[in-house]
Amino acid sequence: MRAFTYSRADTVEDAVRALAGNPDARFVAGGTNLLDLMKADAMRPAHLVDISRLPLDRIEETEDGGLRLGALARNADTAWDERVRSRYPMLSKAILAGASAQLRNMATNGGNLLQRTRCYYFYDSGTPCNKREPGSGCGALTGVNRIHAILGASEHCIAVHPSDLCVALAALEATVRVTGPRGERTIPFAEFHRLPGDTPHIDTTLGADEIVTAIDLPARGFAEHSTYLKVRDRASYAFALVSVAAALEIEGGTIRAARLALGGVAHKPWRDTEAEAMLVGKPAEAASFAAAAQAVLRGAKGHAHNAFKIPLAERAIVRALSEAAGVQTP
Amino acid sequence: MIAKPSIPDVLREPGAQIGKPVSRVDGRLKVTGGAKYAAEFSAPGLAHGYIVSSTIARGRITRIDTSAALALPGVLHVFTHENRPSLAWFDRKWKDDDAPKGSPFRPLYDAEIIHSLQPVALVVAESFELARYAARLVQVEYEAAPHRTDLHAHRDDTFTPGKDKGGFQPPPKPRGDADRALAEAEVSVDLEFTQATEHHNPMEMHASTVIHHEDGTLAVYDKTQGAQNSHSWICNVFNLSKSDVRVLSPFVGGAFGSGLRPQHQLFMAVLAATQLKRSVRVELSRPQMFSFGHRPETIQRVALGARKDGTLTALIHEAVQESSQNENYVEIVVNWSGQQYKCDNVRLDYKLCRLDVHTPLDQRAPGAATGVPALEIAMDELAHKLGMDPVELRLKNYTDTDPNTGKPFSSKELRACFQQGAERFGWAKRNPKPRSMREGRQLIGWGMASGVWDAMQGQAVAKATLGVDGRLTVGSATADIGTGTYTVMTQIAADVLGLSVKDVTFHLGDSSLPMAPIEGGSWTVSSVGSAVKAACDRVRDRLVTAASKMKGGPLAGIGNQEVVFADGHLVAKADPSRRVSITDVMRASELLTIEEEARSVPYLLARSRHALGTHSAIFAEVRVDEGLGTVQVTRVVSAIAAGRIINPKTARSQIMGAVVWGIGMALEEETFTDHTLGRYMNHDIAEYHIPVNADVHDIDVIFVEEHDEVVNPLGAKGVGEIGIVGVPAAIANAIFHATGVRVCDLPITVDKILEGLRRNRGD
Amino acid sequence: MPHPMGFAPPPPEVMAVTLTVNGVETTLQVAPWTSLLDALRLHLDLTGTKKGCDHGQCGACTVLVDGRRINSCLTLAVMQDGRSVTTIEGLASGDTLHPLQKAFVENDAFQCGYCTPGQICSAAGLLAEGKAKTDDDIRELMSGNLCRCGAYPNIVKAIRQVMGEGGA
Repeated sequence: MRAFTYSRADTVEDAVRALAGNPDARFVAGGTNLLDLMKADAMRPAHLVDISRLPLDRIEETEDGGLRLGALARNADTAWDERVRSRYPMLSKAILAGASAQLRNMATNGGNLLQRTRCYYFYDSGTPCNKREPGSGCGALTGVNRIHAILGASEHCIAVHPSDLCVALAALEATVRVTGPRGERTIPFAEFHRLPGDTPHIDTTLGADEIVTAIDLPARGFAEHSTYLKVRDRASYAFALVSVAAALEIEGGTIRAARLALGGVAHKPWRDTEAEAMLVGKPAEAASFAAAAQAVLRGAKGHAHNAFKIPLAERAIVRALSEAAGVQTP
Repeated sequence: MIAKPSIPDVLREPGAQIGKPVSRVDGRLKVTGGAKYAAEFSAPGLAHGYIVSSTIARGRITRIDTSAALALPGVLHVFTHENRPSLAWFDRKWKDDDAPKGSPFRPLYDAEIIHSLQPVALVVAESFELARYAARLVQVEYEAAPHRTDLHAHRDDTFTPGKDKGGFQPPPKPRGDADRALAEAEVSVDLEFTQATEHHNPMEMHASTVIHHEDGTLAVYDKTQGAQNSHSWICNVFNLSKSDVRVLSPFVGGAFGSGLRPQHQLFMAVLAATQLKRSVRVELSRPQMFSFGHRPETIQRVALGARKDGTLTALIHEAVQESSQNENYVEIVVNWSGQQYKCDNVRLDYKLCRLDVHTPLDQRAPGAATGVPALEIAMDELAHKLGMDPVELRLKNYTDTDPNTGKPFSSKELRACFQQGAERFGWAKRNPKPRSMREGRQLIGWGMASGVWDAMQGQAVAKATLGVDGRLTVGSATADIGTGTYTVMTQIAADVLGLSVKDVTFHLGDSSLPMAPIEGGSWTVSSVGSAVKAACDRVRDRLVTAASKMKGGPLAGIGNQEVVFADGHLVAKADPSRRVSITDVMRASELLTIEEEARSVPYLLARSRHALGTHSAIFAEVRVDEGLGTVQVTRVVSAIAAGRIINPKTARSQIMGAVVWGIGMALEEETFTDHTLGRYMNHDIAEYHIPVNADVHDIDVIFVEEHDEVVNPLGAKGVGEIGIVGVPAAIANAIFHATGVRVCDLPITVDKILEGLRRNRGD
Repeated sequence: MPHPMGFAPPPPEVMAVTLTVNGVETTLQVAPWTSLLDALRLHLDLTGTKKGCDHGQCGACTVLVDGRRINSCLTLAVMQDGRSVTTIEGLASGDTLHPLQKAFVENDAFQCGYCTPGQICSAAGLLAEGKAKTDDDIRELMSGNLCRCGAYPNIVKAIRQVMGEGGA
């Protein structure tokens, strides 16, 4: 951890002002990811603006029947919130599948969106990493890449986004509300995270001077037919090898709407709207799910150690859709 | 000073402490935060050191620029190979009690880099955070040389080590003609096994706090399994007078072998303290916990031949294991296979391959935890091929003598382990057919394996001091790394003198205490426990003599064997109404204290005529999700034969914990190396997976009664290692039973199971 | 020679931080880069809270802040200004152990003892949260506390025992 200065913002306006014109400044809220990375020397902000006491920690109803999750509401409070549990059970399950009880008590919803990759090379400043040091190369490409991307990667970066919460938010078509020097704006969730391309050091489309204030959940929560499935190397407290947020609306055995997003496979939560479209109008049964799963993985590419994720992801999609639909499949 | 070994006490007096499930005597300190570990001792003006680690695996440092670090106010010094003081030159000065043959690694000795993450500089500053910051500012330039870290790529470039480490025995000479017998066998299996590199990762990171006194003497709080090992090592390396240094380690936050050799943080802290004449603490970071010893990666072949009735006719076990360029780390991997079963044709082979890594280091049941699972998975495969029950196959080839040496076991209740373990588990209900149990998507499997470990003993000395208040203090320079040493030594001492454990205080973890060997290999109860008993026996003898001499006293004229000790009293065996308190005896004899020291030595003659070991049978149930390849170990029964159990509560915990280690070894633990960089990559405990609470379900431990008069006066063999030994095999065998997939490449992760299922389906 | 970061700023200035630690209000002078964990261990000599990884991967540093369990290694002391912190040293009342402490001893729910303060503080947080109903719930919700000695089954037993007694 390098030297940095610290200040606390009391209002959103203060926070935005504190960051303006200061490219080496960062917000800190829960601290669970940023402080970890600062200790690892993977991030080196010169100034921290503590936003943890801004009044952005509420969970409120929206006018269109959805829920507004405050950016500073803790992951645990969000997951255990009765409205979230009853109307968006997939989201609650996803949050509780991540990290530990202690970390969920600290981590904020906004911070979770900005969580950075767990790629070994990103964390180890003694190795090359284009995300950490642009131009230094991607160590994982030819190195140890068991946990890396199979979809949407580039020759510059094969890191994956580690969040569980974001996978559910992608499937729910959440909207991210942000504020900056140019005022407020909203970002559709699908546009919030980026693919690495040749600028893997940039994770999101959030402006460097903007702050996330809330995440809006639309009214449609797929409470009846949805689930979050996480496959990992131990039963708990591990990042996903593959995770799936699956949500369906079913009428008389026929799928009327479908949402499908994957974690652990790409630089961003991987939503596949084409595969979702394939499911609509089909019977809620194994064959439909398998076809959709194959479609999602069509362009997948494995590396030396992670090719297993391709069949694993296919199976996980089928399993998650089956569980969401309440039907038995292998 | 050498105590004559006494006859094991078969019949215990009422109220005896041995065998009681006493709660840990240090429990209260541990649950209140009062137990202090190496990094938790302090002194005025304590400075903090932070280590800079190398980024290359092999080569030379060409330049170190410390100016930016030194420019920061509060940074005291940056130690490098360029400015280090004069240090010992001869290799023997750098050797410690657990050093194998070779040239031990010398931190900051010269510009040479021999492994990635090697410490190359120590920054010392007024605060921890400042030292860490300044360490990031140290610029190191290297000239890299080609390295090799891939055991598989170099598996043919090996050599056969000799007796290169204490306790190591090269494999015995072949018996019969195993290769021919294998070729001619009616049924055979021939499997290749790989075992990943594993790191110890105790919860406490290695740390040393050196308190520098005004007179130049040092109190060194070190994370170690041997305070005297650390003590002699730093005195040798820094040419310090032994009386000027005291090493202390009252509490050790786990070690599992990582504290058997002095680690480089100790060197760094002593270096800085002696040079700066200040108290200094150096604590490794979690990534730096991957910068020293590890369980070595191993490639093995086990081939078995048998007659159709299950009689083993051929046994071949070959192993290639990694060591470093500078030392020959060896462990007993294959010898167990020649010991565990009766077989006329046996060939065992063990080779080392040099890689550019830090020297491997003993890790819980070193060698056995690697080699025995390979044998026991092969036995399971053989049982499957024979259509024979795996327990039956083992009983068919059971031996009461050690075939490697022809010596009888001093005791071996493995048969009882099989019987009691099988019964507790419900093994009789097992359908031998793989994939025969299913609940929905979950395939259920039952597997078993056996385990074996040595029952070693070293010399140790203990001192016992009894006060006139009836309070007993006993000390020996051993360690308690969570093993329960404080508690069992207290019980052994209390037992001899009929005291309550509350009246006994045991001291350990202090180099100034009487000599004890490094705490490892499950030999602490045997070695130190015997010394504690011997010292207390002497105190007992003196009390009896004094009581006997008390004119008109209740025990006047009584003989040594006619007295029992209970409740702080000496009591006549024949007439319990004749009794006198310890305090009264001492007062009458005008004794304020009785102090006795005793050295225990193994029963060398009796031991040399026997094979000595602990044994186990492990039964495991797994549930495998057939679609996703995930595994849950739902039930384990571990039946252990380890002689007498001093404390069933703490011993049970040791076995339970070792089963958890076995689960980790079977399913999770693996250090990944980037061979291009020659560097461990998942060097933290988010990505190096050890089991979490949710991974662990029912673990049932059985201690089989086992009587042994050869092993030591206590009849106790030690339980630190045996608990892990067969567990990975029992789990692997249960996975096979569940799925029909045989994985011989540990850990058995999701990808390997899915691949096996795919292969079996013929996709 | 130029530093790759371009500059090496001096160590940060200390700031006053007021914490109520185990019921006692304390004002510390700490630099912003001091974690709550290091503030407890190095500034207040409350070494019962352990450093097992310093990266939120082990749970040994678990303390209760305003009654909720958190990893003290991943928050800065300055960020907790004005808050109330309970550490393992603050759980017992005088000589009387907290029910969890007592249950941990009775059930041999530890070996080396290093993860133990974190386990106990975490268990206290778990009981306060009230979400765990079954053994599997306890296992899952205690999975943020690694125990390398493998005392997990006894940890579950100890917590269940206290839950059975009606919590703490």
